[in-house]
Amino acid sequence: MSKLLKVTSSPHIRHQDSTRGIMSDVIIALLPAAIYGCILFGWKALLVLITTIATAVAAEALWNLALHKKQTIGDLSAVLTGLLLGMNLSSETPFWIAAIGSVVAIIVVKQMFGGLGFNFANPAMTARIVLLVSFAGQMSNYVSPIDAVSSATPLAREATFTLKQLFFGMHGGAIGETSAFLLIIGGIYLMLRRVIKPIIPVAFIGTVAIASLIAGQDLKLAIFGGGLMLGAIFMATDYVTTPTTDLGKLIFGIGCGLITFVIRQFSPLPEGVSYAILLMNILTPHINSLTLSKPFGAREVAKNE
Amino acid sequence: MKLPESILRPVKLIRGGMHLDHQKNTAECETIIMLAPKTVYIPLSQHIGAPAKEIVKKGDAVFVGTLIGEAGGFVSAPVHSSVSGTVTDVKDLTIGNGTLQKYVIIESDGKMEKDPALKPFAVENFSDLAEAAKQCGLVGLGGAGFPTHVKLSPSKEAKIDTLIINAAECEPYITSDYRECVEGLNDVIEGVYLIKQKLGIEKVVIGVESNKPRAIELLMQVAADHRDYDDSVKIMKLPSKYPQGAEKVIIYSATGRKLPAGKLPSDVGCIVMNVTSVATLYRFITTGMPLVSKRITVDGTAVTEPKNLIVPIGTPIKEILDFVGVDTEDADRILMGGPMMGNPVVSDQSVLEKRNNAILVMRDTKQPSQTACIRCGRCADTCPMSLYPAMVETALRLGNKESLNSLNINYCMECGCCSYVCPAKRPLTQVMRTAKAEIRRQK
Repeated sequence: MSKLLKVTSSPHIRHQDSTRGIMSDVIIALLPAAIYGCILFGWKALLVLITTIATAVAAEALWNLALHKKQTIGDLSAVLTGLLLGMNLSSETPFWIAAIGSVVAIIVVKQMFGGLGFNFANPAMTARIVLLVSFAGQMSNYVSPIDAVSSATPLAREATFTLKQLFFGMHGGAIGETSAFLLIIGGIYLMLRRVIKPIIPVAFIGTVAIASLIAGQDLKLAIFGGGLMLGAIFMATDYVTTPTTDLGKLIFGIGCGLITFVIRQFSPLPEGVSYAILLMNILTPHINSLTLSKPFGAREVAKNE
Repeated sequence: MKLPESILRPVKLIRGGMHLDHQKNTAECETIIMLAPKTVYIPLSQHIGAPAKEIVKKGDAVFVGTLIGEAGGFVSAPVHSSVSGTVTDVKDLTIGNGTLQKYVIIESDGKMEKDPALKPFAVENFSDLAEAAKQCGLVGLGGAGFPTHVKLSPSKEAKIDTLIINAAECEPYITSDYRECVEGLNDVIEGVYLIKQKLGIEKVVIGVESNKPRAIELLMQVAADHRDYDDSVKIMKLPSKYPQGAEKVIIYSATGRKLPAGKLPSDVGCIVMNVTSVATLYRFITTGMPLVSKRITVDGTAVTEPKNLIVPIGTPIKEILDFVGVDTEDADRILMGGPMMGNPVVSDQSVLEKRNNAILVMRDTKQPSQTACIRCGRCADTCPMSLYPAMVETALRLGNKESLNSLNINYCMECGCCSYVCPAKRPLTQVMRTAKAEIRRQK
């Protein structure tokens, strides 16, 4: 008997992209804005980021250990969740609050729903909302990078900012959300690497821009002043919690934009990006199933019958 | 780039598909004719449909081209001896894909003597052509193995206006069709004009991928020089994008017509033939020699000196690999066909069949491990049939029959794109096959 060979189902070659590779790409795209945030807000910001990342990875590792599951921290999704959460927090956030955020993101939002690929809402963003609701005081304590005094985000107060200040992040806000410039660079990197499609960010930002213009708001403030760039480019494009179809992505982006605008315009909250994405996350399965395309040739068959 | 007028651009291009590393290492390897093997094991079922019925028994003397099995029904094909020698046995073996199949085992006398009874086949009309294909034992040589005479006998109602010659060869590694275009150029073009004439088809489109510029040039030249040339034979330059050579895809490229699931090309006025099938048919008509040997590419990650060979059908893979000088010691998989749709064999005792166009010996490279689906949607984006493989996987796992039935799984042609692109390394093509079987089981 000659040697038995492996018999596997075709195809027998695979593309080199992997889950880990995609997560790495998103982390790489976030890094410029994260590093800039650390420079802008100092070592406190760095500590917050380290806390959220370390806690997120530890939470995932412990969960897998406790439940005797295959270790999954190697796919880097926990690192990404931690980084995203940290970038969404103020540099003044106490480290224990940041840690709670990571635990909520990984354990409650992600693992309790089945882990990677099964959560219905974006872990980092949902955790941010949980923290915002639970620790309202500590969470809205922002400092201005220019004079290091306590300040609110541009959206929350009556102040004038130049376009340059807004675009390059010289204003108060969460660690990673202030520099629109670096976030856009990150977004372009992800699009060039074919990790994300431009549909959601363009629809999201475009809708906010148009609605704000119609309502007579300051356009540069609406687009660059809050968490819109970080949310639209990095949170609203999360694969797991957003539609897979192109039409679905368009609907999702427009929906996010409208809700963001409505919250900013009509509610007492200064910012609405997180809530908008969370709401649209919940609608995602329905958007998906309503926007499935017909298979090749099926439409012609239906027409002829 | 400006194209000469006789080169067609595709009428329409299908969405999805993808660019693969072509690996056409053997493109300029002139075909070597392999010597007669000591023993051939000729399977009686090398095609879609009923197996052939053996008409020889132990001890019979046969020649190259002698009929040894006749068609077992309409959708079936006869089988001929590929060597001269003596039938030593007719029995069931499991050397192919592991299932029991009937083989005619012939010990070669090493002379490769042609059957003296072989003579050219006179083709007068339409039905003669189908008969010729049948007697030639011709099956779809692109890999499907569908009996060609069935294809050439469309129903009376079908209005065939386009003959599509498939020379796309979109699978990586394989260059046997390309070599046919280069070395058997005359047979290809003569065959094309013959089929066109006998079937009374107005338009012929020869589809070649853009990564074979020499084939395009040669085909164009010879087609234009032909005595019957009247501008109705066109060469279509296809993008080098897998799976351009799939039947539905090439029909869409050539005519813009969509072939829905469960329909035949003749339903949309087309006949699609592989380029090697055309040349083989022409050779049978002019010489009487049926399909007894096949040009194949021997390549793969474990092959250091890839080659193109002409090999008698029924030759054990081991002998072919020994001839090429492939060390199977560190090989993990041997594939019959391309890396995207080829079938793996259990051992190197398997034999070469009519429809095979390549033997790939692969050494496994380490793959990143499987993760959960992250719903990136790449499988759906790349699917040429616009299906949703990831959703099929979920429906299958949950046993959701309603959802399975609504996902149009029967449209899947198992091209392998979804598995290929999946960053989570999920076996999606396998999932589609399982889902098809599940739906059949329910019915």
